[in-house]
Amino acid sequence: MMLSIKQQPFRAAVLVLVWGWLLFLVLAPNMLVVGASVMTRNPSTFISFPLNLDAYRQLFNPLYLEVFLHSLYMAAITTLICLLIGYPFAWALSRVDKRRQMLLIFLLIVPFWTNSLVRTYALKLILATNGLLNSALISLGVLDEPAQLLYTEGAVIVGLVYLLLPFMVLPLYSVFEDLRQDVLLASHDLGAGRLATFKNIIVPLTLPGVLAGVMLVLLPAMGLFFVPDILGGSRNLLVGNVIKNQFLDARNWPFGAAASIVLTLTMALLMFAHRLSKRRLGEEGA
Amino acid sequence: MTETLLSLSGISKQFDDKTVLDELSLTIDDGEFITLLGPSGCGKTTLLRMMAGFELPDQGTVTLSGVDITQTPPEKRPLNTVFQNYALFPHMSVFDNVAYGLKMEKRPKAEIQERVEEALAMVQLEDFAKRKPHQLSGGQQQRVAIARAVVKRPKMLLLDEPLSALDYKLRRTMQVELKRLQRELGITFVFVTHDQEEALSMSDRIVVLKDGRIQQLGTPREVYERPANVFTARFVGQTNFFPGRVTKIEGERISVDVFGLNRDLSKPSFRVALNQSLHVLLRPEDIRVLAPDDTEGVAGKIVERNYKGSTLDSVIELEDGSHVMASEFFDEDDPAFDYSIGERVRVSWVDGWEWLLAEEGDEPLTDEEELAADDAEH
Repeated sequence: MMLSIKQQPFRAAVLVLVWGWLLFLVLAPNMLVVGASVMTRNPSTFISFPLNLDAYRQLFNPLYLEVFLHSLYMAAITTLICLLIGYPFAWALSRVDKRRQMLLIFLLIVPFWTNSLVRTYALKLILATNGLLNSALISLGVLDEPAQLLYTEGAVIVGLVYLLLPFMVLPLYSVFEDLRQDVLLASHDLGAGRLATFKNIIVPLTLPGVLAGVMLVLLPAMGLFFVPDILGGSRNLLVGNVIKNQFLDARNWPFGAAASIVLTLTMALLMFAHRLSKRRLGEEGA
Repeated sequence: MTETLLSLSGISKQFDDKTVLDELSLTIDDGEFITLLGPSGCGKTTLLRMMAGFELPDQGTVTLSGVDITQTPPEKRPLNTVFQNYALFPHMSVFDNVAYGLKMEKRPKAEIQERVEEALAMVQLEDFAKRKPHQLSGGQQQRVAIARAVVKRPKMLLLDEPLSALDYKLRRTMQVELKRLQRELGITFVFVTHDQEEALSMSDRIVVLKDGRIQQLGTPREVYERPANVFTARFVGQTNFFPGRVTKIEGERISVDVFGLNRDLSKPSFRVALNQSLHVLLRPEDIRVLAPDDTEGVAGKIVERNYKGSTLDSVIELEDGSHVMASEFFDEDDPAFDYSIGERVRVSWVDGWEWLLAEEGDEPLTDEEELAADDAEH
């Protein structure tokens, strides 16, 4: 028998709080963005009627398409590097003893305590023409004169990898933790060598973690506008820069909103793929 | 003729300075059902893992049909394992799980299809080929694990406590089924368990292990009726240990004083001296409970009675305070036979049903062993 709301004031309060939160802080702002994206640009009131799809049409402007593709390319490289570093790292992390594991996870999380903007400036000091890295390479005799490291595509990718690596490692660590040792032994027992076991067992079983990591890295990597601002110079823009510029500089809210919605939809697509891969493993059966 | 299939010689293994296996040697015959029995931590699982190749010995050699496989990796050994928690591949269907080993051998598709179907039929899971492991019950998952291991037609099947996760009734069914499979396939089974009842009912031979050493190796009957030492006697089944003292040695007979009774027994295989103390072992079912006015036996009173369906198990306290466990079958003539607590009785046994063991210094069971033995009984 269900108890009425009157008999469970706490339950009612929690429900109101959660629904209120979702309604006013998630649904409403997103609807506003959707609304803004189909309205017309107005220099004084930012947006005005009539409704139209001009902003979306503008996205297909070759100039912006190029920015989007270049941004996607840099984000993809970032994600790939994060995956290449994060996968073995997470694997090793799940195999060391518990005490060392706690220490390593702690070290992974410590940078979060410092504002990422500050950390990006620190990176700038390292990569600058007279920065730490160049000085070190010159005094070691590797370089004769300072190399141009800052304001390159490489610098942006280094910055993004540095900021986003933990988001790749943590979901991967969680799937490696769940990976049972006896399943791997069973694969060997049935005649599979290391490579075959990796391909047939480890990769499929860690795929949800890979997708979760990709989701947590790829999308933010397209949005972290301050990284190119600080490290990238004018040519290495991200979609995030475009959105920021539309709202703060160009005052074209409909266009900024449309770009942001495309980004959100890309995210939704990835989440859908993630769900599918999890269902394949039967983890949602229960 | 029995041929040696696998032989382990002088196997030692240490983990973090703890000796798990201590110069252990064992030969396993082709086609037998051999059980490694012992409390947790006795080294039985490590020994099995060494046969599978998951663990390498620090010392000693493993040979299979005369070939040294000590350093051979698991994927190159013609043995297969059934894991304690099945270790099925969660992302593959039942069919693909069973087919995995054959795919690794790069068998033709048609052959894989046929052999997988055959293996699934053997464990009565033909209709479940398309299911995923998480859609199966524990017992069904267990069968998939068995099918997956036998489909490769291994020379030997290694089973690591395969039934411990199943409930009592299912465990009994699977015991019978495993025996049937072993008979039909003619494969050597090496079975690890801490359950002495399981070991007794299934095995051709039992290896009793403790602290990485073999305590006894023999048929279930030998292990149960003629335990080699106090540990085996305590671990396998329930036993009454009566203190005895040798009062006379005459040829092949000796006289032993037990609770003041002078029993005339045949001389044991170990050396006995006059006035030596020894253990007189009697299984509860060998104890005879007599009426209080009987002339035979020792006087005592019932302090516990447990109705077990086919038997009545009781504990009798003797006048010196020691406890005797007795287990009596119900008799057709007297189906209502029972005891009341406090009832006075006398306890005796038929000469020749006892088993004598030398004292091994003072060896009370450690807590751990006691727990393990308890575990094994339930």
